[in-house]
Amino acid sequence: MSDEPEDEIVLSELDDGELVQQMHDDLYDGLRDEIEEAVHILLERGWTPYRVLTEALVEGMRIVGIDFRDGILFVPEVLMAANAMKGGMAILRPLLAETGAPQVGKMVIGTVKGDIHDIGKNLVSMMMEGAGFDVIDLGINNPVESYIDALAEHQPDILGMSALLTTTMPYMKVVIDALKEKGIRDNYIVLVGGAPLNEAFAESIGADAYCRDAAVAVETAKELIAERRRSNSAAMNVA
Amino acid sequence: MLRTAGLPRPTIACLPAHWHNTPERIAPAVREKIRGIGRNYERIFVLYGDCGTGGELDRMLEREGVERIPGPHCYQFFMGTDEFTETAEREPGCFYLTDYLVRHFDRLIVAGLGLDRYPELRDMYFGNYTRLIYIAQTDDPALRRKAQRAADRLGLACEVRYRAYGELAAFVNRAMVPAGD
Ligand code: B12
Repeated sequence: MSDEPEDEIVLSELDDGELVQQMHDDLYDGLRDEIEEAVHILLERGWTPYRVLTEALVEGMRIVGIDFRDGILFVPEVLMAANAMKGGMAILRPLLAETGAPQVGKMVIGTVKGDIHDIGKNLVSMMMEGAGFDVIDLGINNPVESYIDALAEHQPDILGMSALLTTTMPYMKVVIDALKEKGIRDNYIVLVGGAPLNEAFAESIGADAYCRDAAVAVETAKELIAERRRSNSAAMNVA
Repeated sequence: MLRTAGLPRPTIACLPAHWHNTPERIAPAVREKIRGIGRNYERIFVLYGDCGTGGELDRMLEREGVERIPGPHCYQFFMGTDEFTETAEREPGCFYLTDYLVRHFDRLIVAGLGLDRYPELRDMYFGNYTRLIYIAQTDDPALRRKAQRAADRLGLACEVRYRAYGELAAFVNRAMVPAGD
């Protein structure tokens, strides 16, 4: 027996289709080095950064998300996968900026005051970025002021808030009420998420939507932005 | 705690600790449990926190007419509501352990979070944390040493606060007074 197992996969020897398939598997297994290597290979083969991002990374994470939702994968595996995707994104991000990938919209996101859970929020940030959103991540433990300052500075389409504690979820209402008071609530689409939340809660605090997971967040964000642009242009036509 | 209080002996039913990781399943599962055992008992009390059900546990308990110890999680009622609120506000980066969690740290935290399989995840989980606070129910040097080792493992400072059963003791004492007294 040689040292090299016979079924050792050499990424550079796979054709494009096989390599992308392999990347989905490697993301699933949280293999960051392999993902980084494969991203480089596809770029060398002339793939655009945007295509690598969507077909290899985002699609791979979509599969991870489904198995997490269905209870097949657990938090550690999701974190490992996210970490592998992060490695790939770090290579692609500067290239995406250069090559002018499509820009879908802008989002400011952060975990609310008193809460320092950030795994879910980070995943949402990453998948939103992967879907073409410009994401400004405020991190954890955010008081009202830091949301309001960031909204003023970045003028996003969407404000996203995350909370994982029963004790911190009411703070989302504090933020939304502060926006109302300033008369700027309707300038933004407000999305909320985190395991203890649900649709009824989102409605009761005056958010636009609750999103169960990152995939739903991307879909909802796209829909609400399209809706908003339609109604804005309708308003323009009337005027 | 119950033995020393000289109160009537209740029956205690425990729920699986791993339910903590799927809070959306807690309320329906507790309801099943209550309905299953309910007819054999005069009164039932729930000695668990909301544990991330987002209020669903309390909505269900109200419908079933069952009382629960107030509080979002056991850390708060073991430490005491005021002290916990104050601690969390002053230093948001605290991670709490109880006797139970110290005893089963390897299984519930290390293995539960997958740190045994993927040690590199430690800083993704605990990067935002500064301090481990062991809220002790018993005054046990062996457990204190174990808590210190747990803190070392997570890369956090360790503080021990002996609070016995905190608000749980008062709640149980009150609950055990026979109805109608
Ligand atoms: C991992 C975890 C931790 C990690 C956090 C690491 C980190 N960096 O975030 C650690 C171990 C450090 C931790 C600590 C604590 N935790 Co914790 N934690 C969890 C756990 C098991 C999973 C959360 C998670 O990351 N899930 C994985 C991600 C991918 O899912 P997610 O967060 O739900 O996010 C998805 C969606 O909700 C949505 N989403 C999330 N945010 C947003 C935002 C927007 C805008 C949108 C659109 C969507 C969206 O999309 C995400 C991706 O799909 C939950 C239980 C659970 N299953 O929820 C408890 C849980 C949230 N923790 C809990 C508690 C009590 C604590 C501690 C107090 C425990 C302690 N011993 O000290 C501390 C917090 C201390 C503090 N100072 O804040 C409780 C909360 C109970 C309650 N009443 O609120 C829970 C519910 C466990 C329990 N049942 O007791 N925790």
